[in-house]
Amino acid sequence: MSRAAEESNRRLLRARDAMDRGYAEPLDILALARIAHVSPAHFTRTFRAAFGETPHRYLQRRRVERAMFLLRETDRSVTDICFLVGFGSTGTFSRTFRDIVGRSPRTYRKEAATVATVPTCFTMAWTRPHT
Amino acid sequence: MLTSITHSQIYVLDQDEALDFYVGKLGLEVGADIDLGFMRWLTVCVPGHPERQILLEKPGPPSMSEETAAQVRELVTKGATGGSLFFSTNDCRKTYETLLGLGVEFTEEPTERPYGTDCGLRDPFGNSIRFSEPKS
Repeated sequence: MSRAAEESNRRLLRARDAMDRGYAEPLDILALARIAHVSPAHFTRTFRAAFGETPHRYLQRRRVERAMFLLRETDRSVTDICFLVGFGSTGTFSRTFRDIVGRSPRTYRKEAATVATVPTCFTMAWTRPHT
Repeated sequence: MLTSITHSQIYVLDQDEALDFYVGKLGLEVGADIDLGFMRWLTVCVPGHPERQILLEKPGPPSMSEETAAQVRELVTKGATGGSLFFSTNDCRKTYETLLGLGVEFTEEPTERPYGTDCGLRDPFGNSIRFSEPKS
């Protein structure tokens, strides 16, 4: 592991943090690659090598994790939640949610149990659905 | 029975840079900075609370092989070693503004939670830090 690779990791982590923070915004690879100081193509490749999934998939899981939270803890409509967590259309939201969680947002809401309150960075990391 | 936590440890990649950050920016105090010959024993604590020290340890030989140290550095820079610290503050927003002005890298702005207001940041190496203002 060279110093250059450590610095690259650190910059990729900064871009990943930006997704955790700005998931509700229309984030694009160009802006994230800028944070990581690399070209968009290189960004996707190195991000995947470091974290085991593409930035796009990571962002989807972050958004779905937030959607799961809002479905569990609020009475907002599924459509509201879709846009609140950064999806551009309800079709994409439903498809992505089902793909990741294995259930539709409505079914998830019916079946979900509440999660105990612990520091949010742990909740964020550990309630995030698998790929 | 156990009575208190006196020391916790996190990995840092450079102890001078760690001092700049933890003391120079976060405002912690040096608890100990001792050259033991085989290692630099460097701890920091919240001012006025020397009973709780954080050891800022640099991974490397002979504690672990160069190869293992490289793996630890790789994980730290990916934010994957754990290395979480939680602090309390009496004014989350003010502290946030102050640290932001010093160039601290925040991962989350102050946010209202059921237990109070908190926010998140990273140290220069990738360790995760949060501080919160408990609800009074």
